[in-house]
Amino acid sequence: MPSSRSSRSVLPGFGLSLGFTLAYLGLIVLLPLAAAFIKTAGMSWSDFVAATTSPRVLASYRLSFGASFAAAAVNATFGLVVAWVLVRYSFPGKKIVDALVDLPFALPTAVAGIALTAIYAKNGWVGSWLDPFWASAVGRLDAALPGVAWKEWLGVKIAFDRPGIFIALTFIGLPFVVRTLQPVIEELEPELEEAAATLGANRWQTVTRVLLPELFPALLTGFAMAFARALGEYGSVVFIAGNQPLHSEITPLLIITKLEQYDYRGATAIAVVMLVTSFVLLLLINLLQKWSRRYHRV
Amino acid sequence: MTFKSLLSAALVLAVAGSAAAKNIELLNVSYDPTREFYVDYNAAFARHWKAKSGDTVVVKQSHGGSGRQARSVIDGLQADVVTLALAGDVDALHDVAKLIPADWNKRLPQNSAPYTSTIVFVVREGNPKGIRDWDDLVKPGVTVITPNPKTSGGAQWNYLAAWEFARRKYGSDEKAKEFVKALYKNVAVLDSGARGSTTTFVQRGIGDVFLSWENEAFLAQKEFGKAKFPIVAPSVSILAEPSVSVVDKVVKKKGTEAVAKAYLEYLYSDEAQDLAGKHFYRPRSAAAAAKYRGQFLKIELFTIDEKFGGWANAKKVHFADGGTFDQIYAR
Repeated sequence: MPSSRSSRSVLPGFGLSLGFTLAYLGLIVLLPLAAAFIKTAGMSWSDFVAATTSPRVLASYRLSFGASFAAAAVNATFGLVVAWVLVRYSFPGKKIVDALVDLPFALPTAVAGIALTAIYAKNGWVGSWLDPFWASAVGRLDAALPGVAWKEWLGVKIAFDRPGIFIALTFIGLPFVVRTLQPVIEELEPELEEAAATLGANRWQTVTRVLLPELFPALLTGFAMAFARALGEYGSVVFIAGNQPLHSEITPLLIITKLEQYDYRGATAIAVVMLVTSFVLLLLINLLQKWSRRYHRV
Repeated sequence: MTFKSLLSAALVLAVAGSAAAKNIELLNVSYDPTREFYVDYNAAFARHWKAKSGDTVVVKQSHGGSGRQARSVIDGLQADVVTLALAGDVDALHDVAKLIPADWNKRLPQNSAPYTSTIVFVVREGNPKGIRDWDDLVKPGVTVITPNPKTSGGAQWNYLAAWEFARRKYGSDEKAKEFVKALYKNVAVLDSGARGSTTTFVQRGIGDVFLSWENEAFLAQKEFGKAKFPIVAPSVSILAEPSVSVVDKVVKKKGTEAVAKAYLEYLYSDEAQDLAGKHFYRPRSAAAAAKYRGQFLKIELFTIDEKFGGWANAKKVHFADGGTFDQIYAR
């Protein structure tokens, strides 16, 4: 039902729904972010720089961004396999496996952290054998390739060290990749693979030349979501990280530390740095996605 | 409503033969290890207040890391009273939000700290690493568990106790800093709060020695047995004075000033002091202290006021950004 002559859209309700969208996003997303920026605006530039570039904070950026990136990359790889299996094959218990994927969404992160710590601590089920294995592996790497601070980079324990952080971030990020990929894989027709095969492609070529380019944009989206989620994660990581200054402190922990000292401005200053960096990274990933869509059309 | 009018109202009601007395609700915002003590104390105070005024008092409790609890109150949690781990956290209620006057700790006896505690060592069964005193903690191969002093009130007591030990033994603040640096090199996990550290040490089996509140150490023994987690008393430790205060702005608004004040004053009564001793806090009253003397280890205790010039100063020198705690981790 066209309400006025100036309405140029074929679909009605554009003004109303766009207005609602903007108001809703403004209220739910932008308002709290604006509060962070306003709180920070009260700081002098030198205070801001001091709060956001102290050695401990810089070390935490490296760890937070590095571990989140690694966890998202692993999730992108194995999440793809999980999504593929869940869509393409049918097997008994598939519904249950499918539901399991969502569990990290629903589980309170503190519960996840405590459970993971219990399992990976040196007296836990997995930690009791993985912990010594990891220590000796990193020790051997350190001896074989000196010059790199392997023990510093990779940690010498599983729980209460950097590997624990990576495990927690992987755990919470998995559903993002799987749930983004599933509908896209469902859309991929098996005929595509058959056509590739009849045209003489071997299986490897079918995967790398036909399937992956088609899935790549969705894979990037899943990766970006898992990455962003990992960056902000606090609840599960603090239990398993060990929280050693300059070594296993994640940035959200430093924000909490600042709050505990009633330094609200310092806390929001670090938050603003994280926000801006995450925004830029997500934007870059979006651009990459657009580019890949344009150049990898099958 | 003043205390007198409350009393007369209660009298009128009592005369009228009606059982419907006034119902009052208080919120006590406290820190982690006081939970069990305040459950008992709230029941005792409710009985006391009922007998005195006829009104029923229900005290709700909130527990968590001391600093976080203080921040909740600053951010608007309507606490009638705070009973926190250290004076520094109560100070914040004045410094940050002006909820209480600056001289709040003069309003009740003994710096407004009705019970005290100290920091002791908890070790593994049989004390395999032979931990006896603070200087055993810096030996190579000894793993120490203590929370992060930036986020945990209890951990600040630990830090200062270690500092004072080293200052006495080695003679200067410079040496003390080196000692504390060596000690924190041996710290395997810096949890954000005292309960987290207890879990790390007790449940996860990490660490050879755990720097613990004395009352928490006794609680762990009560639960797991004396042999499993022996307590070692260092030669010197800090007199931890958990402090209490009425939150003036809140009680004035809610009209609960009289009962909130009485709630804290009653902490100094014989009944409450006995409860404190029962829950492994060191009581202030001579009678209760004598009764529970046997259960506490003999440790030479110093106060933060005499050795560190009070909380404000200790915070500035040691725990503020760029303080000694940041310096020992700097490379």
